[in-house]
Amino acid sequence: MRVERGESGPTLCPTTLSSVRLAWPFSFRRVPGSPPQQGSTRMQAMLKQRSGVRAAQPGRRAVQIRAVAAPVKAASASKTPLVTPEVAKDLYYDMVLGREFEEMCAQMYYRGKMFGFVHLYSGQEAVSTGVIRLLRQDDHVVSTYRDHVHALSKNVPAREVMAELFGKKTGCCRGQGGSMHMFSAKYNVLGGYAFIGEGIPVGLGAAFQSKYRRDVLGDEKSDSVTCSFFGDGTCNVGQFYESLNMAALYKLPHIFVVENNLWAIGMSHLRATSRTSGDHDPHIYKKGPAFGMPGVHVDGMDVLKVRQVAQEAIERARRGEGPTLIEAETYRFRGHSLADPDELRSKEEKARYLERDPIPQLKKYMLEHGLATEAEIKELEAKVMEVVEDSVKFAEESPKPERGQLLENVFADPRGFGIAEDGRYRYQMPGFSSGTAIVS
Amino acid sequence: MLASRNARVAAGHRAAAVPGLRTVPAVRSGRRALAAAKAQKKEIMMWEALREAIDEEMERDPTVCVMGEDVGHYGGSYKCTLGLYKKYGDMRVLDTPICENGFTGMGVGAAMTGLRPIVEGMNMGFLLLAFNQISNNCGMLHYTSGGQFKTPLVIRGPGGVGRQLGAEHSQRLESYFQSIPGVQLVACSTVRNAKALLKAAIRSDNPIIFFEHVLLYNVKGEAGDKDEVACLERAEVVREGADVSIFTYSRMRYVVMQAVNELVKKGYNPEVIDLISLKPFDMETISKSIKKTRKAIIVEECMKTGGIGASLSAVINESLFNELDHEVIRLSSQDVPTAYAYELEAATIVQSSQVVEAVERIVGGRVPAAV
Repeated sequence: MRVERGESGPTLCPTTLSSVRLAWPFSFRRVPGSPPQQGSTRMQAMLKQRSGVRAAQPGRRAVQIRAVAAPVKAASASKTPLVTPEVAKDLYYDMVLGREFEEMCAQMYYRGKMFGFVHLYSGQEAVSTGVIRLLRQDDHVVSTYRDHVHALSKNVPAREVMAELFGKKTGCCRGQGGSMHMFSAKYNVLGGYAFIGEGIPVGLGAAFQSKYRRDVLGDEKSDSVTCSFFGDGTCNVGQFYESLNMAALYKLPHIFVVENNLWAIGMSHLRATSRTSGDHDPHIYKKGPAFGMPGVHVDGMDVLKVRQVAQEAIERARRGEGPTLIEAETYRFRGHSLADPDELRSKEEKARYLERDPIPQLKKYMLEHGLATEAEIKELEAKVMEVVEDSVKFAEESPKPERGQLLENVFADPRGFGIAEDGRYRYQMPGFSSGTAIVS
Repeated sequence: MLASRNARVAAGHRAAAVPGLRTVPAVRSGRRALAAAKAQKKEIMMWEALREAIDEEMERDPTVCVMGEDVGHYGGSYKCTLGLYKKYGDMRVLDTPICENGFTGMGVGAAMTGLRPIVEGMNMGFLLLAFNQISNNCGMLHYTSGGQFKTPLVIRGPGGVGRQLGAEHSQRLESYFQSIPGVQLVACSTVRNAKALLKAAIRSDNPIIFFEHVLLYNVKGEAGDKDEVACLERAEVVREGADVSIFTYSRMRYVVMQAVNELVKKGYNPEVIDLISLKPFDMETISKSIKKTRKAIIVEECMKTGGIGASLSAVINESLFNELDHEVIRLSSQDVPTAYAYELEAATIVQSSQVVEAVERIVGGRVPAAV
């Protein structure tokens, strides 16, 4: 199923209204666009209309609301776009790459080219693109099993990711990791973890290393930051809290990015997480200040908003001011994994978020602000398709791992297999390089 | 003389095993010991040897750092990092909050990105809380990343049955960790091998789980100099013999040697091998010994079920079956939680009399040596 990208932009909905809340004295620059007066009166009218509708009858009547820019984007007379054309195109390309790659994965899975648990990111691209495209190559990214797009945003070649998914030896992890364990030493993607929460401390370790390099080893230029991505479900895992505490305590350059898509397989966030005091809903971003770091809630379906928030968090971290907790409200258009029947989420909820698809939003923004022409956008999309199709071809044609790979990466130092009866190290025995040596 | 003193210490002479007790006498004796060691340059206690190893390796390589509970200002609950924070700073000797899974994971991430952390479990048993990180990440990441990242981590701490510390402070985790692919398990037993092995573990690119024993920290002996680095995969021949091969490790080595004293008087000639490397086994030393004696006894402190002895017994059975005259005997702890009461605790672990009895049974009669 390909996600239809319509021309209509985002629908006004209650959650968007309340979606930018800040639990910290934090300056949030507003997106210029519609003139203030018009926006607010229109907004008020619509609110009245909507609440009127709700109050009038229990069953909801379909209300035709014309698309407007997100309401918090009020006011400023300046029509300067938030980003340059180059950046806008880069963001668009990255999001479309993420989307097309994931949709291709779905096709390949159902055609029997990849197996096991495959968790697709479709719908959440604004978070990955919004954050990761701001990072340098020496910055680190840690993710969970929903990691394909994080790797792609970090510049890991699509070929290597697809080949890994096909289980070929040309994959980024030689076919040994698979969908849930994407690693890249070159682009500093530290995984890919199957157990949610277990990657966050690893991210902290990378941030610790960055600080250590500066404070202990005296490398003044060491200011790399680490971003750990995880979901709403992870926010109930103990390691999340252990990590929040240590990150704030040691003032580590680490950014916690919560991709709150409201669902942990079939468990709704509202059923799994207790409400923060005085609130109607459980707010994850409010847990930041409890540990001594700013907590920010952002519309995770809007790549420019995510980017703004991420920019500030990254700069804070680089300056040595410590961690930030970002809660991005987002949604996955597909089930938890390709094996998930996805029966619990309501059609209305899915439809609501489909209308907030980040890719058409950005496209509209680019066209409105003259950041790209239709032709240029089409060119970007065509380029993406080329890359994705090439990655499939590459993966198909790549060889499978040989038996000899079996024992190769178990130990960094193969002496760890021990000493055999004849006094030689086991890795020196014949058969080791063909994976047939007896090593235990 | 030192051997018998150590045997007494290792056997759990009550004064010896007080974990991290910060009463004035304890502190004074620590400082006195350091001063005495400096003067003599000969015999030091095991905790000092471990401390020396950590100190020397931290000096040699600036990426080596320590993380754990109370390792910094407190000096380590068993004094293994005493005073090191003053020399290296709070970041290199990092006092962590109480979150084993979290800080072990942080150690893994730091190791992946170029540091060489030593993660201390205040008691090995606490590392059960870090099992997720140790098993999934520490052991496996080199493989699942296709060799892109290594995790040169040392995870160390005191385990074993102490003196009436209760069930949860008397854990032997070597049996739980041995199935984890990608980690090496090393158990030190003497001052000399403790220092040399810890240095080797810190220098190794593999993740090493380094087992110390609560009752061995005050054992005395000579330590090597800063260049003495042991081989992590080699077993140690403690005593050459011909009658029977006794395989052991950690504190049970002293229990076995106590039994050996008695056995020698009775005319026996046992060979004692300290495994050192619990995973992988040093098959060269083990097979040489068995081919000589044709009989094997394993004396271990972990539980019988799924213990190191279980693995070793299976391996001996598979690869040295025709060299054996007798089935492999395993003397292990009972599969019960370690009781608090002295008598019950003593009954759960192997005593030297059991070792003597096992040797007598497996070897048969002997002419006792002239008194």
